[in-house]
Amino acid sequence: MSSVEIKKISGKGIPVKGNDIDTDRIIPARFLKCVTFESLGPESFKDDRFDQEGNSKNHSFDNPNYKDANILFVNKNFGCGSSREHAPQALNRWGIKTIVGESFAEIFFGNCVAMGIPCFTVEKKVIDEIMLLIEGSPSVSISVDIENLKINVDGKEFDANIPDGPQGQLLNGSWDATSQLLENEKEVKDVASSLPYVSGW
Amino acid sequence: MSSGKSLYEKVFDKHVVKKLPSGQYQLFIGLHLIHEVTSPQAFGMLRDQKLKVRFPERTFATPDHIVPTSDQSRPFKDAMSEEMMCHLENNCAENDIKLFDMKKGEQGVVHIIGPENGLTQPGMVISCGDSHTSTHGAFGSIAFGIGTSQVRDVLATQTLAMAKLKVRKIEINGSLNPGVYAKDVILYIINQLGVNGGVGYAYEFSGDVITNMSMEERMTVCNMSIEGGARVGYINPDEKTFDYLKGKLYSPTSEEFDKAKEFWQSISSDEDAEYNDVIVFQGDAIEPMVTWGITPAQSIGIKGSIPALDSFNDDERPLIKEAFEYMGFDEGQEIESTKVDVCFIGSCTNGRLSDFKEVARLVKGRHVADHVQALIVPGSQKIKVEAEKLGLDKIFIEAGFEWREAGCSMCLAMNPDKLKGNQVSASSSNRNFKGRQGSPTGRTLLMSPAMVAAAAICGGVADCREVFAN
Ligand code: SF4
Repeated sequence: MSSVEIKKISGKGIPVKGNDIDTDRIIPARFLKCVTFESLGPESFKDDRFDQEGNSKNHSFDNPNYKDANILFVNKNFGCGSSREHAPQALNRWGIKTIVGESFAEIFFGNCVAMGIPCFTVEKKVIDEIMLLIEGSPSVSISVDIENLKINVDGKEFDANIPDGPQGQLLNGSWDATSQLLENEKEVKDVASSLPYVSGW
Repeated sequence: MSSGKSLYEKVFDKHVVKKLPSGQYQLFIGLHLIHEVTSPQAFGMLRDQKLKVRFPERTFATPDHIVPTSDQSRPFKDAMSEEMMCHLENNCAENDIKLFDMKKGEQGVVHIIGPENGLTQPGMVISCGDSHTSTHGAFGSIAFGIGTSQVRDVLATQTLAMAKLKVRKIEINGSLNPGVYAKDVILYIINQLGVNGGVGYAYEFSGDVITNMSMEERMTVCNMSIEGGARVGYINPDEKTFDYLKGKLYSPTSEEFDKAKEFWQSISSDEDAEYNDVIVFQGDAIEPMVTWGITPAQSIGIKGSIPALDSFNDDERPLIKEAFEYMGFDEGQEIESTKVDVCFIGSCTNGRLSDFKEVARLVKGRHVADHVQALIVPGSQKIKVEAEKLGLDKIFIEAGFEWREAGCSMCLAMNPDKLKGNQVSASSSNRNFKGRQGSPTGRTLLMSPAMVAAAAICGGVADCREVFAN
């Protein structure tokens, strides 16, 4: 069993502006009371999108122009704070398939890669330019090329970065740890029986 | 020239299944603990991926975060909590996983249940979908918190993909002054090394102060390793560890015990073990500690005053300002006499029998201040029974404390025990993050149980050494 190779992601973009957007803002703590991640999608950025009375704060996630967007553009240190996996799970269920930003918090980045969501970093001036382009014409077609590390926005190309390890894992389909771990059945048995507290004293 | 190895290295190496192409190691997990918050999604993933639980006998479950501590009758009043509880029960039943059942008096906070039942043993690798899993390191195991997808990985394969950590030895030498507890020691270490000081490290705690601690005190220290950024904190096992384990439900039987002990001794750090880093502190430099801010490192001794903004580096100042604003403190202000509204004694840091015995000894014959709501919440149903056998409940109730049922309670905002508005809480728990105790504007001062007791009696932050002097 192995996971799918992820080489290129195409679609539409959506910007969420601001530095240090933490996982609490991505998915507020009260939604941790759940038994599946399934229903988390619509709760993404809930408190950034609506005030206490439920009035819209005109967040980009509620802008009809960005409906069906699957490529998220963000600024610096996205996904900081608590390590809850609920955050990338919520975004993924909203429909986000890849994220491009100035920088990411380490655990958030790791959680994303393990779910097959590539996170790319680009320079600040690039993110500014792309955000401007999408705001000007939200339906512009965008593609992210994981092999060649290029982002193409309506024919215009930008350089993107991702560390070699995760890049390799995405390209050869080994990003899903479970499938790798399942492969070594015999070795697992061997280690288990070598441990006195497992095999008997 | 070859040198010795640390416990971390020895135990890690024994559990390596394979080196993975990513550079990480596939590590066998000897003990997996689960609770109701981070496991249901993992079981859902297993079902979606048509995977089975590989070693059901190595996973143990207990509900803790969402259980109410006043009325525990089922169904729980909160529908979502009830649903989470049912999921845990069903997932355990369907997969042959042992559940420490509330109805049978077995339930408690996950990090209390493991040691209490002798599940937590030296030389194991232990994981749980909860960051305070580091608690179990007190027994000389490698124990760490994991995310939900990793919970799925452990369920499906009993292994995890992990990178090897560096090891920092933290020696606390000499002895502690009266009125200074294990909680003060770990708050002091976090204050000195910072909340990110331990990122990438396992902490090995040693020195006379640690050696002289009881197992319960050692658990308090290891519990908060993660608040200092270290995912793993551990203490080499010794006779105290072995004595503690004797006769526990899942401990080796008396015939097996000698062999087990031999193994446990063999995995201890060698005398000449090499460390990436060694830091030494003196026990008598530690005072009763109190946090004044919104991270567990923002603390001072009880006689200290809130540090000045310009005593911090430029890049730290925004957070310090944020803490001043949120907590309503000013630089230079003394922490003593800060009025408190709520006092909470409990949690996986300080919700054990020895904590309650000490608090009972101190508060006997005294009374909680009128304006204070004071809660004492046992970490497990067994602890509750034992405390009641000793009559501690009566002492607490007479002193004006509420004596509750077992659970995480006011440590975090997932059950009915919550701060209201901007109440100030003196708490024996481990996190003082904004909103942690259930109100978005609630304020938490972390301290030892004795210091919480002193605050409860005085109605404000007070020095336990003076309050309980006679
Ligand atoms: S007592 Fe607090 S820290 Fe411990 S497991 Fe419960 S919520 Fe987490």
